[in-house]
Amino acid sequence: MTRHALLAGAIAALAALPAASETAPKDVAFAEGAVATSLSGVAGDPESGAKIMTTNAKGNCVACHLIEAMPNVQFPGNIAPPLDGVASRYDEAQLRGIIANAKMTFDGSFMPAFYKTEGFIRPGNAYTGKAPEGDLPPILTAQEIEDVLAYLLTLK
Amino acid sequence: MHRTATKSVAQTFLGMTFGIALAGAAFADPVDDKLVIETDNGPLELVTTAPAAAHLEGALTTLYSGWHYREDDTRDMERDDFDNPGMVFVDMGIDSWNKAQGVNGESCAGCHEGPESMAGLRAVTPRVDEKTGKLMTVENYVNGCVTERMGLEAWGMTSDKMKDMLALISMQSRGMPVNVATDGAAAPFYAQGKEIYYTRYGQLEMSCASCHEDNQGLFIRADHLSQGQINGFPTYRLKDAGILSAQQRFVGCVRDTRAETFKPNSDEFKALELYVASRGNGLSVEGVSVRH
Ligand code: HEC
Ligand code: HEC
Repeated sequence: MTRHALLAGAIAALAALPAASETAPKDVAFAEGAVATSLSGVAGDPESGAKIMTTNAKGNCVACHLIEAMPNVQFPGNIAPPLDGVASRYDEAQLRGIIANAKMTFDGSFMPAFYKTEGFIRPGNAYTGKAPEGDLPPILTAQEIEDVLAYLLTLK
Repeated sequence: MHRTATKSVAQTFLGMTFGIALAGAAFADPVDDKLVIETDNGPLELVTTAPAAAHLEGALTTLYSGWHYREDDTRDMERDDFDNPGMVFVDMGIDSWNKAQGVNGESCAGCHEGPESMAGLRAVTPRVDEKTGKLMTVENYVNGCVTERMGLEAWGMTSDKMKDMLALISMQSRGMPVNVATDGAAAPFYAQGKEIYYTRYGQLEMSCASCHEDNQGLFIRADHLSQGQINGFPTYRLKDAGILSAQQRFVGCVRDTRAETFKPNSDEFKALELYVASRGNGLSVEGVSVRH
């Protein structure tokens, strides 16, 4: 076996890994709002996180939060605290918990839970207004949560 | 760390930050302005801000028409019937009113004479019909005549025909204060509507109150959140280039919470219309307003 083949094998094994170490939304363990372990088992990508945060159908965080570190975002909302400096206010586990389900940190929060699939009243199929077909996916995937987290951790 | 951040904490924090960022701009307020409309019969001043009725204690203190939250140019379009694109639809409503369209040539005008005979109806609907005990919207009354007195198929609740007629009928109450009943036979519908108003629907878990009571005056992205009043409905919506009924607005807002919506004219949305209308008791009916 050549080195290349070995490497390819290792990569294939790695690619198969995330699913195995991914935490399903209903299995996330919150400790006083915080989530200590990575939801995907794969380090987050801050660039992808920034994209998710500014995409309407994804995180759309800027609908409510101003982020001065994102000067190109037009008309950010002002409903929620600005996110600049947020990584100095919270540690990684706390931020992961807030993104996954902010209601575990802020009782009754207006902020949507991005990694939750149960316990809703009349959930719909995304923004179609119709009932979902099959299981309801979380708004963001495990990896997307980790990506957003990676971006927030740059906001020192 | 289980923190319970109350709204006031978040907003104080916000106020401080934005005070600096926007150099003291009054970012959270409905615009202080007066709505005087140039009509065919001269200027007409509308009541667009009013003290909240007693049943709203704890929820609202001052009522603001959605007009106060829109941009200058959108507000200006409502100041003159000539500039209000909604009036085209009122005119189509007049044509429909006068047209012999029943199976035996009946027309609205044949039974009701001029559309002015409808003055006051929009201000008190939805209301419970004394004879049937049913909750009636203007659309329900229209379809009652269309099917029973004109022998036609019911008009679609959100069809153009229906909305033209709704626009015409609402115009007859322009300037009158919204005054829907919340007690007596209306009480159970009011209670149902109120329950829906405060229920956090959908995957985003948001209620009407989340946006229009807790966060009115703030911006959700570029949208200035109003109190979600319906005294201006039906409205001419610039985004749709057409007339939008309250029932349609409810569909849009509930859909935006990633929820399965209720249907226009469902028992739920009719009760909600009664409740939301009652939150505007005291504001003028705007006839056909202009919104973005
Ligand atoms: C619909 C509004 C809304 C959206 C969308 C939203 N948030 Fe929030 N967020 C809030 C509110 C409101 C708070 C303040 C806590 C409270 O009062 O409930 C908050 C608080 C936070 C905090 C804590 C900030 C602090 O300084 O205390 C973080 C971090 C955060 N949000 C991140 C995010 C991220 C990341 C996203 C998108 C993936 C997002 N939010 C989307 C409304 C929102
Ligand atoms: C996610 C936030 C959100 C929720 C939840 C929400 N709305 Fe809205 N609504 C908006 C926005 C944004 C607008 C457009 C700006 C404005 O007028 O507030 C709007 C507009 C309206 C208007 C038009 C007001 C006018 O004068 O043009 C009405 C009426 C309304 N909403 C009623 C409701 C009702 C009733 C519910 C609950 C069934 C509801 N909304 C839930 C965001 C929301």
